[in-house]
Parts: sequence; structure tokens; C-alpha cells
Amino acid sequence: MVQLAYLLASVLIIFALKGLASPESARRGNLFGMLGMGLAVLVTLQLDSVQNYAWIFAAIAFGGLIGGTVARKIPMTHMPQTVAFMHSLVGLAAVMIAVSAAYDPVAYGIANAAGGLYPASRIELFLGTFIGAITFTASLIAFGKLQGLLSGKPLVFAGQHLLNLILGVVMIAAGIIFCMNGAWMPFLLMLAVALLLGVLLIVPIGGADMPVIVSMLNSYSGWAAAGIGFTLGNNMLIVAGALVGSSGAILSYIMCKAMNRSLLHVLLGGFGGDAPAAGGAAAATDRPYKSGAAEDAAFLLANARSVVIVPGYGLAVARAQHALKEMVDVLTAQGVQVKFAIHPVAGRMPGHMNVLLAEADVPYDIVFEMDEINSEFSDTDVALVIGANDVTNPAAKSDPSSPIYGMPILEVSKAQHVIVIKRSMAVGYAGLDNDLFYMDQTMMLFSDAKKACETIVQALD
Amino acid sequence: MSMQAMHEAVAQAGGAHAAHATADPIVFSFTVFVLAVIVGYHVVWNVTPALHTPLMSVTNAISSIIIVGALLASGPIEMNLATVLGLIAVGLASVNIFGGFMVTQRMLAMFKKRK
Repeated sequence: MVQLAYLLASVLIIFALKGLASPESARRGNLFGMLGMGLAVLVTLQLDSVQNYAWIFAAIAFGGLIGGTVARKIPMTHMPQTVAFMHSLVGLAAVMIAVSAAYDPVAYGIANAAGGLYPASRIELFLGTFIGAITFTASLIAFGKLQGLLSGKPLVFAGQHLLNLILGVVMIAAGIIFCMNGAWMPFLLMLAVALLLGVLLIVPIGGADMPVIVSMLNSYSGWAAAGIGFTLGNNMLIVAGALVGSSGAILSYIMCKAMNRSLLHVLLGGFGGDAPAAGGAAAATDRPYKSGAAEDAAFLLANARSVVIVPGYGLAVARAQHALKEMVDVLTAQGVQVKFAIHPVAGRMPGHMNVLLAEADVPYDIVFEMDEINSEFSDTDVALVIGANDVTNPAAKSDPSSPIYGMPILEVSKAQHVIVIKRSMAVGYAGLDNDLFYMDQTMMLFSDAKKACETIVQALD
Repeated sequence: MSMQAMHEAVAQAGGAHAAHATADPIVFSFTVFVLAVIVGYHVVWNVTPALHTPLMSVTNAISSIIIVGALLASGPIEMNLATVLGLIAVGLASVNIFGGFMVTQRMLAMFKKRK
């Protein structure tokens, strides 16, 4: 019975992910997920070995209260760090369960007659512990970087990769000794080194690469759960963990591809440091460009048949989503066809920009992914770029010497007119000058994004 | 690989285990693991990119399924280091379960069609 209930819970969890194929089915899918989780918890609670109800309910209530409050209050712009923080909790919980199982294997039914761990269980514990530990500290550092508690700049020092390699070898060696003799000392050494490795692996990675890292840690948290599932011989944990693990891995792959970087290159770190800033900034001031006022932009927009808006994270930083939505409403009412074009790495995590637009009540059926809309730019009267930079840089297609050469971009420069709302000519995350700004059809509108949208709305009326 | 195929394979593996008592439990677990990775791969590629953030928050909640392990750890009435660690893990996983599912629901409620 218990196993069948766990099977049902696993199926419900698969349906939760399946629902996300479209916004219409997603909410129902999420309910399936909740049901599955509730069922799994209830079935476990009624097991004979689980008796400590008072304390368990207290822990669930305490955790649930915190989680629920965070879920209701957290601003959508803070989702990346919230998710990173939650990954760290999964990692820490996995470590605690693993230590608990190593301390008292009899309670888990993974001990031999003498009360020691089975060799196979030791291997599984080793895997679950070190993946959980790395997930825990790595996610904490990612959280610190995203929240701005730590500098987003990559921290690189000589011998970094060698140090990590040595620590990795020490960790695995300690793990193998634990697997052979089941003693505490190598277990704790392995745990401590894994915690340290989690920190060291993330510090050299710059802020711009955080979407990849958050996705990767998402994956790790799944593998950690699967590892605990192996330890306990529980198929539901293995299934859920494997689903999450592959989900995070796919997201990391999508993010890497959207930046034209290999995962290894991201992991080795050092990207987005001070190296490119020098060359790019100097060149930026010398070239001629056109700039205009918000009223000029309003004129272009009002006279267009079709407008494609390319939002970047700068839009969210300026809290301009609602002002922009108002502008879209006014333009739509005047008969202009307005669409949004989203680059996969717009925002600070996969799909972040879609959520920020949805929060501002932008209907999701006028929001398009890069592959869906790139062919439409040549038919577009005005492309409006707000707070986005590198993802529109034509150099990624035309200039083999550019560091972002090969990165897929939104082909904004094919539109008849381009309006770029930006605070200044400063370079973007990759530290590069953007050729788009100097093209004949481009007009720069130097302003705060929110103020620009508001002024355009006034001028349109 | 469809879900039915996975369940059949799991059922077969389980049956073999019961009938002959020869299937190694680790091989059985590993079978489940590999099949679930394949299911995950197909399901996740079908997720629309617009919902990748909710996907991450919901998978976050789902990986907190380790609460099952935490409940087993904290189950015994007599308290010792193992139960206390288990209880802390129950609390941590609960933060994620409630937080993850609720914030996903909040996000999904924002996605509306054109009126």
C-alpha cells in the first residue's frame, strides 16, 4: 500500500511538470504537485516508525509559516535569489538527513547485524552527502551574489583550479575511505571539504553567469534528493530527484546555448571581470550617434503599424514594467500592433522577464520567444529596446573577433526604426560597445526607463 | 519512453525481485533512476520557455520531497542527535515545500491572456 501511494505521488509530481507546457494547464499542474507532496508526507507520517508527532508537526508548522510568508511577500524581481536560497535549504536538509542516517543507521534499516552501515549504503550516503553539501554552500554564495550581499565580480586567484582539484581529490579519497571502513572521521572530513568546495566553485563566477549557476544548482538539489532516495531505498525520492535533476540540467544547457558559452567555460569562471571594460568604454565616446527626446519616440511609435518591444533586466531595475504596460495599452488603443520579444537570458534567471511582464499584467499571448519573433523584425516599423544591450548587439552575428560572436541575438537592427532607451552610452554586462546604437535607423533616448515610458504616454495622449 | 513504459519496467523489476529474490535492490533503484531521468528529460523539454521561472520554483518544492527522509529520521520518540537533525531537516524542507508551491501558484496566477 505504502509503495503504491508513493507511486501515485510520483505520478502526480510528473503531471505537475507536464502541466507547465502551457500557462492554461500550469495551475492545475501545480495543484497535482501539491497533492503529490501532501500524499507523500501523509503516507510517511502514518508509518509505524514515525511516532514523534508533536515535534514533527511543530517543525512543519514553523517551516511552513516561514515559507508561506516569503512566498506571499517576495517581489518578483527577487525570484533568482529566493530560488538560490531555497536550493541551499534542500542541500542543507540533505546533509542533515545523511548525517542522521550515518549516526543511527539502525533507525533507517540500513545497518547490518553489528549496527554498522552496509557497504552499499555507505556509497549512497557518500554521494548524497557531498552533493547536498556542495549544493548548500554553493547556493548560499549564489544567493549572496544575487542579493548584492557579496560582490558580483568574479573572485579569481592564482592556483584556484589546482586548489579545487586537490580539494576534490581529498574529498573523494575521504569518501572512499569512508566507504571501506564506515568510520566517522573520513565522513566528517569529506563533508567539510565538500562544504568548502561549494564556496570555492562559485566565487570565480561573475554575476552575468548567475542564470546558468542557479539552473545548475537547481539540478544539484535534485541529484541530492535522488541520492538520499538511494540511501533510503525509496523510489519516490529517486523519481522526484531525477526529474528535478534533469530539469535543472536542461535549463543550464538552454542558458549556456543562449549565451554561446560552454558549461565548462562558465564553471571555470572569470567572465565579466574588469578585462573588457578598458577597450570598450574608450571606443564608445568617439562614434557618432543620433539621440532624441521622448516626444520624438512617441511620434515614431504613434505612426507605426507594428512595434516590437525588447525588454531587458534594466527595465525591472528601473521598476518601469507598469509604466511600460500603460504605454502598450495606449498604443494598442490607437491601433498599433504591439509585441514583446524576450531573449532567453533577459532577466536574472530562465523565464524571469516573462514573470516580470506577467506581473505588470502584460498578456502572455503578445510575449514571444526569440526564435518565434526573430523573423518578424524585418516587417516591424519600430523596435523599442528598453534596458537590454548585449542581446541586441549585431556584432554577435557579424564580427568574429567579438567576445560574444556566435551568441544568438534578437535581430532588432532589421526593423525600420530602432529606439533604444538607456541611461547613457555605458557598456552592458559583457563590457562591449553595441554597434546597434550607431546605426542610421537608431535613435537613442537617454533617460530612466520609467520616466521615458511615462513621458511617452503623456506625449501620445 | 512513455510513463506507462516506465511503470511497466518498474513493475517487472519489482516482480522479478519478489519472485526470485535475485534482483539487487541497488540495481532496482538504479533502474527507476535512469527511467525517471528519461521521463524528466522529455517532460521538461515540453515546458514553454515563458514558464521557466515557475518551473524552477516548483522543482525546488519537488526536490524538498526529501522531507520523507527527514520524517523517517525524526520518527523515533527517543530524541538523539539523529532525530534532532531529522527535525531540523523537516523544518527546512517545509520552508521549501510551502514556499515553493505557493510562490509558483502566485506566479502562475499572473499569466493572463489578452482580454
